[in-house]
Amino acid sequence: MSKQVTLTIDGIQVTVPEGIVVADAAKMVGIDIPVFCHHPKLEPVGMCRMCLVEIGRPVRDRATGEFVIENGAPKIQFMPKLETACTNKVEDGMVVLTQTEKSREGQRSTVEFLLTSHPLDCPVCDKGGECPLQNLTMAHGPGKSRFIYDEKLRLGKHVPLGNLIVLDQERCIQCARCIRFQNEIVGDAVIDFDDRGRGTKIVSFSDPGFDSVFSGNTTDICPVGALTTRDFRFEARPWELDAQASICTQCAVGCNTTLNTRREPRAGGDITVQRVMPRQNEEVNEIWICDKGRFAYHYAESRKRLARPRVRQDAKLVSASWDAATRLAAENFLKARNDFVVLVSGRLSNEDLFNVKTLVEQSEGTGYLYSLMGGGEVTSLVGMSGGSNFANMGRGTTIVVVASDLYEEAPIWYLRVKQAADRGATLIVLNPRATKLDRFSSYVVRYAYGDEMKSVRDLSRKTKIGDAFTQAENAVILFGSDGLGIAGSAGLASACAKVLQDGGHAGKPNNGLIGVWERANDQGAWEIGFKVEENLAEAIQGKTVYIIGADPVSDDPNLAKALEGAAFVVVQDVMETATTQIADVVLPAQAFTERDGTFTSGERRVQRFYPAVPVTGEAKPDYAITSQIASHMGVTLEGTSVSALFDGLAKSVKSFEGLSYARLTEVRPQWPIVGRGDMYYGGTTYENKHGMGAQLSAAATRGETVDIPQIDKEAAPRPKEKELLAVPITRLYDRGTTVMMSADLLRDRIGGATIALHPDAAQNLGVEEGQVVNVSFDGVNGDAVVKLDDTISVGVALIPRSMGLAIREPVPANVRPQR
Amino acid sequence: MEHILLRHRDIADFNTLNVYKKNDGFAAYKNAVTKMTPTEVTQVVKDSGLRGRGGAGFPTGMKWSFIDNKNWPHYIVANADESEPGTFKDREIMEGNPFQFLEGLAIACYAVGANVAYIYLRGEFWELAAFLDQKIAEMEKEGYLGDKLFGGEYSLRMYTHLGAGAYICGEETAMLESLEGKRGQPRVRPPFPPSYGLYGKPTVINNVETFANVPPILARGANWYKSLGTADSAGVKVFSLSGRVRKPGNYELPFGTTFRELIYTYGGGVQDSRSVKAIMPAGASSSLILVNDEKVLDTPMDYASVRTIGADLGSASVIVIDDTVRMDWLVNKTVHFFNHESCGKCTPCREGTYWMSNITERIREGRGVPGDVDLLLNVAKQMQGKCLCALGEFSTMAVVTGIERFPEDFKKAVSKA
Repeated sequence: MSKQVTLTIDGIQVTVPEGIVVADAAKMVGIDIPVFCHHPKLEPVGMCRMCLVEIGRPVRDRATGEFVIENGAPKIQFMPKLETACTNKVEDGMVVLTQTEKSREGQRSTVEFLLTSHPLDCPVCDKGGECPLQNLTMAHGPGKSRFIYDEKLRLGKHVPLGNLIVLDQERCIQCARCIRFQNEIVGDAVIDFDDRGRGTKIVSFSDPGFDSVFSGNTTDICPVGALTTRDFRFEARPWELDAQASICTQCAVGCNTTLNTRREPRAGGDITVQRVMPRQNEEVNEIWICDKGRFAYHYAESRKRLARPRVRQDAKLVSASWDAATRLAAENFLKARNDFVVLVSGRLSNEDLFNVKTLVEQSEGTGYLYSLMGGGEVTSLVGMSGGSNFANMGRGTTIVVVASDLYEEAPIWYLRVKQAADRGATLIVLNPRATKLDRFSSYVVRYAYGDEMKSVRDLSRKTKIGDAFTQAENAVILFGSDGLGIAGSAGLASACAKVLQDGGHAGKPNNGLIGVWERANDQGAWEIGFKVEENLAEAIQGKTVYIIGADPVSDDPNLAKALEGAAFVVVQDVMETATTQIADVVLPAQAFTERDGTFTSGERRVQRFYPAVPVTGEAKPDYAITSQIASHMGVTLEGTSVSALFDGLAKSVKSFEGLSYARLTEVRPQWPIVGRGDMYYGGTTYENKHGMGAQLSAAATRGETVDIPQIDKEAAPRPKEKELLAVPITRLYDRGTTVMMSADLLRDRIGGATIALHPDAAQNLGVEEGQVVNVSFDGVNGDAVVKLDDTISVGVALIPRSMGLAIREPVPANVRPQR
Repeated sequence: MEHILLRHRDIADFNTLNVYKKNDGFAAYKNAVTKMTPTEVTQVVKDSGLRGRGGAGFPTGMKWSFIDNKNWPHYIVANADESEPGTFKDREIMEGNPFQFLEGLAIACYAVGANVAYIYLRGEFWELAAFLDQKIAEMEKEGYLGDKLFGGEYSLRMYTHLGAGAYICGEETAMLESLEGKRGQPRVRPPFPPSYGLYGKPTVINNVETFANVPPILARGANWYKSLGTADSAGVKVFSLSGRVRKPGNYELPFGTTFRELIYTYGGGVQDSRSVKAIMPAGASSSLILVNDEKVLDTPMDYASVRTIGADLGSASVIVIDDTVRMDWLVNKTVHFFNHESCGKCTPCREGTYWMSNITERIREGRGVPGDVDLLLNVAKQMQGKCLCALGEFSTMAVVTGIERFPEDFKKAVSKA
């Protein structure tokens, strides 16, 4: 524990950790010193001058260093000027006065100065109702303006900084929180001030504008209505909104969110989600979320939502009752006997997956996890366990990121890893191409696609990088699927698990393996016992297939072909997809916004989400649908209570042992304090009142012997002459079904199919950046726009997943310029 | 009297290396590096009573001794931004007597253990920067700069750096930011540059004129230097005289010379033989000295005495204002300047200078109402003590003292409306 310091604030004696600033110390004991530029997560700058207070320091005897005592108490010397509470660090014996006439005059003055140029358009401002400036104007502002209205500056009211964030230059108070967030916390320095004095304006100098996947957070910490999101501006007033706790489903990080809802006239008075806001969980996402999580939620309210069960009659899908539809499904499942195959995705909650698992076990069927990535068998053995938190990683910790572009695959992990590196953690990035994380790393290793296992095994060798790994007190490895298919990522995972286990980095807090999975609950599926199948097309060919939360027909022409030859297809999903169109039975599932349940994040943290909006049509939660089908098959499954289902899960899956909904709902005190009446302090992020979740136990801590499966992957396929090795990579904004539903908002960022080539490879082909080429491999044929990347090897072509060219794994490809 | 700083006025071609060398140039530097410890050099400067010539008058030797010896490397930055309206002394020193300035800078570097010095010049000094680059190259060639100087272990290099036209970059921490390639905006202090300066390393920043004083101090000793000037303000000062005088220009005189001597003996008196109404002793940042009494002109120009008449000597850029000038006009000019130059970082200065410029504009144009003068005074006082750096504070000096000391001018200005 750090050294403690005792000081007096407004007559209250407080003891706080050494090194913090006065404003934070006051906050800890419930005294709110008004601030604008100060944010507890940013470095102090002392520029807005809102937090001026009187600060006195005890006089010390020059010879002895002891306090000089006067009238029985230490003699306190006050500075003649007011001082900023946000830049002065606490000292023993310090006396802070925040409520004296002198201090209040300082605060009044600053508010008046800020209002000289501010339009005071609160009645039409999106921030109105949750605006620090509005609140402080009410508290400290003058009732009457001494500034002549006609002399106010007229500035731009709708200045787009990018296509997601809009700046109102009149409302901006030049606190630089947004700029400092982008520079200090994210490392994407894409906005800054232009001009000076009263002409100071925020501008973006990136192309495209505000080119950062964290841009939405600046609107939360903006203490006025200067920065708004294109999604929410002019949509609703904050006081009309209800707030429901949720978990983001866009990747495996599991960011805690709050869904703000209200009745929406344009939706015929239905309750809809108006915006997604971060909810504080300092162990997961702190007070941030990425733009995909913030903006790509619109699919839940899409017109393509499935509202009632349908069955195929005379080659057409027609509405049916739940009973008829589930009965038809059940009859076919029973009839199929061991030709019954279930595909589940990480969209499903732990409870849903548990029901499916039980159904599979009690029938003659087989269940697979629908994912392009393997390796979950080992993350459930040597993954992160209780008490792990990136925030506690710094000096002494080594973080390895291998085969992953974290910025694109799991932005908040990128942020957390970057910050751990800022705190002194050793960051080793192993990747075949340059990624944004390289800038913050101590070591970068560039291996050739196919050599990822070797480069991980090299971590145990006696080299400088090896020493940085083996001699670390704590070590974490994040592995992804950059350039890898199922076999490749499974092999990589086992190699990672092996070096972690050999180094004693398994089964203890802040150590272990993290899979950078595609979906929110892939880890949960692995824990519950689902596995991936490399040759899925073969596994479903001619079978009776129950597909839950997946769209194989859109994803992969080979799977589409296999499903054409399936005996019977039941599809359960939230939305109409290409796969529901070929189904024999379609079952409408509730979106995560409509129901409750839990997800297990990549860090193996189980977290609850809650219903926020009414159910669409007759849709049911996935676990209930599975239960209803099971009942027709003579299998009894819990179908109404998620908490009872979770209890069943906790009894039968070892890593969940001891967990319950009550445990997951616990909250611990967090710093900084946010989301209360004083939004100026932490921003508009929500306080966590609905649970911070709990991490699963690791096999090693349970006293089990852990055997890491040895996987020797086949060599990567060798391209023939004139062929390139096409490898899959992941982009944050892909053309996946859920993202495309928010395409209006994200259109400039999504784009189309691309292929990245080394400049020499492009030259060999006679193509330039931006030109369209034809790409064909393994039954896939399509066009893609050429991008150049001089960090990859000449024989490789990068193809983003879910962007129009269905790539599952490294594959030799023909690339031809278009005529 | 022979010049100590403006020696080029006594000796022809003093800005050439040969002439400078012939006149004992670099002897003090060589002696310091080869025969003295850094602490001894600092002690001599401390003993001399030399105070910073940039305006604040902080004891130079003491500043050097504050440098954090636990954190390396150390840097020295020469403040050659010279942006204060009415100040033009550093330019003359650098043009006429560049080697004495550079020698002083080199001695200072040795004293604080810096191996690199930067000379930060205002953007308009680009010709001067090229000139200094040439002089630095000559010094390198002669073995005064480079590695293992005078056969010892000490190494030193110097670089010039041009600003981009911002007054605020004369403020030392804004200068450091600018030098680092960032926006020129002042930093929060503490920490102060001697512990956290350029690139976060201990840094000493002094004015050009301050450095120019160092070689003669080392050559002739602290006692000699102390014998010049007054007890409070040792040595000589280059006074930049401007305004309604017959012979404006730089005058090197001992501290303690009176305003009267400067204006009448050296400056040739006021143009058209009018009377002095006010004096700004430190450029646009000054308080306005009310000259309603002949005795005011007999005030000695040293740091302590000028304070007794309600102003600071600052950089000693003496602007003489005669009885034809209206103070509401003058205050409008200074406020306009500060509004233009405010960096915008802190609220009171960014908003206050903008507000004040609106009010002074109204008053000057005859659109003001009596309440405007009170409002202006109130806004200025509301800014005081709250700004992040001194610029904001400076912007209020002429306003407050103008209104308080020349109330009639303002009353007249608003009575027209």
